[in-house]
Amino acid sequence: MNRTFLVILGAFLTIAFSLSGLVLIPNWQFQEHKPVVNPRDGSQYPAPYYGLALQGRDVYVDQGCAYCHTQQVRPKGYGGDIRRNWGNRRTVARDYMYEYPILLGTMRTGPDLANIGARQPARDWHYLHLFNPQITSAGSVMPRYQYLFRTVKAGEMVPAGAIPLPAAFHSEGTHIIPTARGEQLVEYLRAQNRTFPLPEAKQ
Amino acid sequence: MTPVPEGPAESRLEQISRILIDDSSRVPVLLWFTSSVIWLLLGSAAAMISSIKLHHPDFLGGIEWLTFGRIRPVHLDIVFFGWSSMAAIGALLWLQARLCHVRLPWPLLLSGLAMVWNVGVVVGSVAVLAGHGSSIEYLEFPAYCAPFFAIPALGVLAANVKMYLTKNSEHTYVSQWYLLAATVWLPVLYVTAMLCTYFGLVQGVSQAITNWWFGHNALGLWVTPIAVATAYYLIPKVTGRPVHSYHLSLLGFWSLAIFYNWAGTHHLTGGPLPAWTITVGVVGSMMMFIPVITVAINHHMTMRGVFHMLKTSPTLRFTVFGSFMYTVASFQGSLEALRSHQEITHFTQYTIGHAHLGLYGFFSMIMFGAMYYIFPRVTNNEWSSARLIKVHFWGSAIGVLAYGIGLCWAGWWQGLMMNDPSIPFLQTVEYVKPYLILRSVSGAGMTIAHIAFAISVWRILSRHHFVMSGPTLFTTQRPAWKEFVNEQNQREEMAQ
Repeated sequence: MNRTFLVILGAFLTIAFSLSGLVLIPNWQFQEHKPVVNPRDGSQYPAPYYGLALQGRDVYVDQGCAYCHTQQVRPKGYGGDIRRNWGNRRTVARDYMYEYPILLGTMRTGPDLANIGARQPARDWHYLHLFNPQITSAGSVMPRYQYLFRTVKAGEMVPAGAIPLPAAFHSEGTHIIPTARGEQLVEYLRAQNRTFPLPEAKQ
Repeated sequence: MTPVPEGPAESRLEQISRILIDDSSRVPVLLWFTSSVIWLLLGSAAAMISSIKLHHPDFLGGIEWLTFGRIRPVHLDIVFFGWSSMAAIGALLWLQARLCHVRLPWPLLLSGLAMVWNVGVVVGSVAVLAGHGSSIEYLEFPAYCAPFFAIPALGVLAANVKMYLTKNSEHTYVSQWYLLAATVWLPVLYVTAMLCTYFGLVQGVSQAITNWWFGHNALGLWVTPIAVATAYYLIPKVTGRPVHSYHLSLLGFWSLAIFYNWAGTHHLTGGPLPAWTITVGVVGSMMMFIPVITVAINHHMTMRGVFHMLKTSPTLRFTVFGSFMYTVASFQGSLEALRSHQEITHFTQYTIGHAHLGLYGFFSMIMFGAMYYIFPRVTNNEWSSARLIKVHFWGSAIGVLAYGIGLCWAGWWQGLMMNDPSIPFLQTVEYVKPYLILRSVSGAGMTIAHIAFAISVWRILSRHHFVMSGPTLFTTQRPAWKEFVNEQNQREEMAQ
């Protein structure tokens, strides 16, 4: 009888203890994080996503991009992240204060995306890469996201928004235009920029 | 010296009471087990699709519902919630009733809860395939799925406590501690993690910590204790030898309870967290050597001198394989948590290899062993074919070893290449491709094994065609299915 309560109480206490130690106390510690103001233009970093980028986060989540891509830069001297030019500094807790859900990721089947917006600012690069990864990254195992695009038949005029596909990748007389979800996803990717200097991230 | 659950010499009364106990647990245990086997098949299908997509990205490419980023989490969730948890609950209910010498309480309720759980897995999987997943590993199912798991988990806890409080046995066996604690941990873990994740109780990187506090503990404090408890029961039971040391088993239990739940943050090494949170995770992982070594000594020393039984007993062979893999995967896991090791392997296929050595090589193999033991006792029937069991064992064992060793090897080199910026990233992708194909091949082996197992389960359940007597050992010869049915039909005709 007493043993039963010993086991139940023990099991409950151990788990409550680690929950407080690992989740609740750090969470309370992070409450003091505040954005930094950029002295040049008065903008703040980090800033919440808005507009298309905010909608694009849902596309990133529903397509499960996080299963192959991380969004975190490891410190200098720990792995090759900085030397691979995936970031100019490590990422720290404050970088993620507005991320909900947080998409740090645990797998690098593809490269890190914490600063993909800084590395690849051009929309067209993202469109080509999503339409067929082989155009920009031959040998990639990333799937083609053709359902984020639609095909239009065009006369002599190139329709607005058509992506500059190389001739080998689409049939004559058609053009490829991103759907709304495609545009949102690309704006989200372009918003991935964690290069702004933070005092606590010296490396 | 620990009392063995039941000795070989037993009175008639005990036999009768055992039959009554098995009788009371029949419907719920069969429901939880059979559901888990169906989920095992569906989980294998999702696994094969994901695996093939990683080396042939255009496979089923145009179907958004089956894109890699959806079918991969569906594989994980089906295998975790559908297969592992349902198998674990089936084993838990049966074991606790047997060990407490009581009839399983509320069989109808517990059967209903199995169906509720099934609905949860169906709804959750469809939601993820439709694009409503959360991309939070192990917690992809949307918030509205939570009651489908939380309520049955509480029901199982209540049944477990009730059995424990009304037990007719004088002694407490070590398995019972693990089973009781696991049923406390699951609802606490799951409900807390869902609240934190979906109701914004924590922000920023604390979400990631919550994620891995749950993800790691769901394995270590839910499925692991049940598999350890099962092995603690089955190995002495089948060999007829007492557990090596009672004191070691106590040490093993409490050190698991105290240290394991701090280990989860090693999944975030190098990430944007305060260094101390990672250090705690590394220390917790290192301390896991204590429970792992104690369990290893206890299980392996119990087997001393009776290893020849592995040739004949399917239950023992699966269980001992799983128990051995517990030692291997846990040692690997503890070392993997070290910062210097994580620097290389963290974001690579190594982690995937390790996960399968643990959840499959250790946990699933012990559950297979348990099912080979429990199904005949609750159906009053025997397994139809030793050959099917052999196909199951070798497909699973060779499959998981090839999978684990192949991916760990590939992941190690993948990590070293990734840390060397002079090697283009796409070269790391090219390098692992052959190993990803090896993964698909070994996955196919495991899938074939699961199909063989499902056929066995189907045959033992459809008992009006097929009633066997005497345990099916690896050496048992059974007549072929067709011959047997023909014989049966002839006999029936004669009788008429």
